[in-house]
Amino acid sequence: MKAFRIPRLLQFVLVPVVVYAVTRLIFDVLLGQLIPASLMTMYMFFVLAGTFMAFTFTEDGTRELVAPIKALVEDPSRKWLRNVVFVVLPLALGFYTYQLRTPKPEAPLELRSIHPAPPSTVKAYDKRFNLLTLENPYRKLQKEDPEAFAEMVAAGAAVYIENCQYCHGDKLDGRGPYAQGLNPVPANFQDVGTIAQLQESYLFWRIATGGPGLPKEAAPWISSMPIWQDFLSEEETWQVILYLYDYTGHAPRSWEHE
Amino acid sequence: MTRRSRYVTWAGLLLLFGAILWLLPIDLGQLDWQSALAADETTTDAATESDGAAEANGAAESPYAPAPKTTAADYPQIAGVNSRVVVWLVAQLHLWFAAFVLAVPIFVFIIEAIGMATREKRYDDMAYEFIKVSITAYSLTAILGGLLAFSLLVFYPDLFLYLSTIFKETMFYYALIFFAESACLYIYYYGWHWLQGPFKKWLHLSLGLLLNGVGTLLMFLANGWLTFMMSPAGVDPAGVFQGDTMVALHNYLWNPINLHRFVANIAYGGSVVGAYAAFKFLSARRAEERAHYDWMGYNANFIAICALLPLPFAGYYLSAEIYAYSQQMGITLMGGIFAWLFIIQAVLIGTLFLSANYYLWCGMGRSDGAVRYNHYIKYIAIVLVGAFLVWFTPHTLVLSNEELKALGGPYHKYLGPLGIMPAKNTAVNVMILFTALSFLIYRRANRVATANWVRMGNAIQVALFTTGIANIFFLGIYHGYFTNTVYKVAASIPQVLTTLVVIVISTLIDYFMYRGAKDVAPLHWGRVPGRSQYALFLLAVAFTWLMGLMGYIRSGIRQHWHVVDIMRDNSPDAFTPTLGYAANVVSVGTVIFMTMVIFVFWLAQVSGSKAEPSGYWKEQQA
Repeated sequence: MKAFRIPRLLQFVLVPVVVYAVTRLIFDVLLGQLIPASLMTMYMFFVLAGTFMAFTFTEDGTRELVAPIKALVEDPSRKWLRNVVFVVLPLALGFYTYQLRTPKPEAPLELRSIHPAPPSTVKAYDKRFNLLTLENPYRKLQKEDPEAFAEMVAAGAAVYIENCQYCHGDKLDGRGPYAQGLNPVPANFQDVGTIAQLQESYLFWRIATGGPGLPKEAAPWISSMPIWQDFLSEEETWQVILYLYDYTGHAPRSWEHE
Repeated sequence: MTRRSRYVTWAGLLLLFGAILWLLPIDLGQLDWQSALAADETTTDAATESDGAAEANGAAESPYAPAPKTTAADYPQIAGVNSRVVVWLVAQLHLWFAAFVLAVPIFVFIIEAIGMATREKRYDDMAYEFIKVSITAYSLTAILGGLLAFSLLVFYPDLFLYLSTIFKETMFYYALIFFAESACLYIYYYGWHWLQGPFKKWLHLSLGLLLNGVGTLLMFLANGWLTFMMSPAGVDPAGVFQGDTMVALHNYLWNPINLHRFVANIAYGGSVVGAYAAFKFLSARRAEERAHYDWMGYNANFIAICALLPLPFAGYYLSAEIYAYSQQMGITLMGGIFAWLFIIQAVLIGTLFLSANYYLWCGMGRSDGAVRYNHYIKYIAIVLVGAFLVWFTPHTLVLSNEELKALGGPYHKYLGPLGIMPAKNTAVNVMILFTALSFLIYRRANRVATANWVRMGNAIQVALFTTGIANIFFLGIYHGYFTNTVYKVAASIPQVLTTLVVIVISTLIDYFMYRGAKDVAPLHWGRVPGRSQYALFLLAVAFTWLMGLMGYIRSGIRQHWHVVDIMRDNSPDAFTPTLGYAANVVSVGTVIFMTMVIFVFWLAQVSGSKAEPSGYWKEQQA
């Protein structure tokens, strides 16, 4: 008895369908973190491209793949099926396009960069700081005087708990009591993609000048971050930066080995 | 002196001169490394001083004027012409053609040398055909270069004056060196059939080396001007030139750009001549012609892949240096407003890898023995697509409000970590390794190894790939996510070395294992599907688009500065355009370039055809 083999065209359709279903199952259901439609569309486009490549690199394989389509178009005995496909397929695609393009009550998608580029210099505490060369003045204590450094970190922790945790959370994960009321939600410092990627001068700029200090070049920015130089001293700002890195275990971006 | 020894002497001198010229910019760069660094430090440290004081100091000590402070009135306008778009498109077109005409002589030189070593004339013919294509492109490069210079003079006179004050010597010698470039190219091309034979061929090859030396020097000079605009050196904070052109030329980003462009040009040149071969293949009517252009396309694709493999590393080195030079430019580049264009860049780079692999797989159809390896291809495709998906996964997602709420923020808990460089580096190394694997399989497709250690050789290769991939993952995950940024960035180097070691050793093993191997059957050149030729077209178009996009990003990260932190752009166009607008301009440029390239291909085709009209010319009496 001849072993059953799924027709090649059906295999070609099934591969992306199965990839899609499994991905949805894993991320949406099991992990509870859905994949956004914009990313899923890109993923599926290249899964389809890869499937096409794997199915068509030989002549025999390509012939077998397109044979049913060729037969549908050329075989006179499939006239009815052909007519049905030629009506249903454009209608389905048209309906999909219509659904895609119909305006919806939801706000349009927004391209938002989480890390706006800092200026080269910034004015804060009545001084001008060069962000290209600015360093945390207390960072050196980490090696030179660990006890004094620990005191600085503890002082930074107190500043953080008094001022920052309401939004950024007591675990520094961006899930403070007020976080859900903000859009976009506050930065998650535990994420390897936030402060671990940045120099301390960047944090100094963002904390000292807050939302209103964001660059004009890519306005409008949305940020609820207050101008902390109005509430914290320069020393407190550096202390809280030490605390952010100390608590999360990240190291600030630098170019020198220890 | 005999004729033979005269040729040998000339060839030796030319070879030596070419080699010196080729290495000259690098050597000069090394000599001035310390002073360039010192100049950078001076510039950045001094930036904390007030502008007025610096300006006064500079004016007092230097005979040069500070950088001009322009107003909108200093930028002449022509009704109905957008000056920025004109300069943007002309510069980009010039660069595309320049990359092509600089790259072709590099691999023509190598192919000619291979032809001389193997004494197979088909290599010589192919090299000649490649250089023939680049000749028309050469004049277009010069025309566009002239148009660019005029456009800058007309629309940005103050900027051009400022740059030419600093680079006056190099600009003058650049123009003179262009004569040398033209002379070398024309003698190299028109003397191809003349300089044949045992000694003349050496002379011709030496001329090729000289041509490459001159071309590379030209590119390095122009690179110095544009990188000065990004990372100025040799000037004080007010832009007052300190008098040392070499310091200005050898600024912080000069060598990273030199390296990146040198490698990228070869890959790009390979892809464009690959498109030419595909064009000729598809329009060929005879089987021999199809076989010839199939072989030519294969070689062009091979060149493109060889240069494509190290290209991501050269790009990463450039980006890391940009970040190291300026946090502001680095974040603008990859984390700020240009980050979304980087996603498109990632998609295009992935497309290059996919199309290059697809071409190799289709090419296995030339061999009767390929069927033994066909079943491996689907696994390679799965890995390539998987790595590609990681490669372009963004860190910050485009989300609808509903999705934002469902995720609880703009970051994805599981996919977010794939958005940063360690994941990208791991993915691209895997893509490169599997592209190399595709090539190894392609090489084996038509051969049967006869060595008695084949099993052991295969086992070593499997072990190499397995441990190599494991090491790449370890370096990417451990150093990328559990150490600080210094080690994270530094880990990319052992990752690259791992990839290179695996490729080199496994290729060597393959070489020895298949030495003296039997062919299954003669290779059927020309027996490839038309689809494979469209993959070659896709390679050239994706490369062109990619270069246009990245060229815009490289220039655009200066934002509202002509020369970063030194000379402000006060023209009416001193704003960063929207991503859609920039992508449209780049796309229009790509279409214009591809149209011009088709014109070049067509010219190469008509130059070989000859019509014999009957009754048009008077009969000549004997």
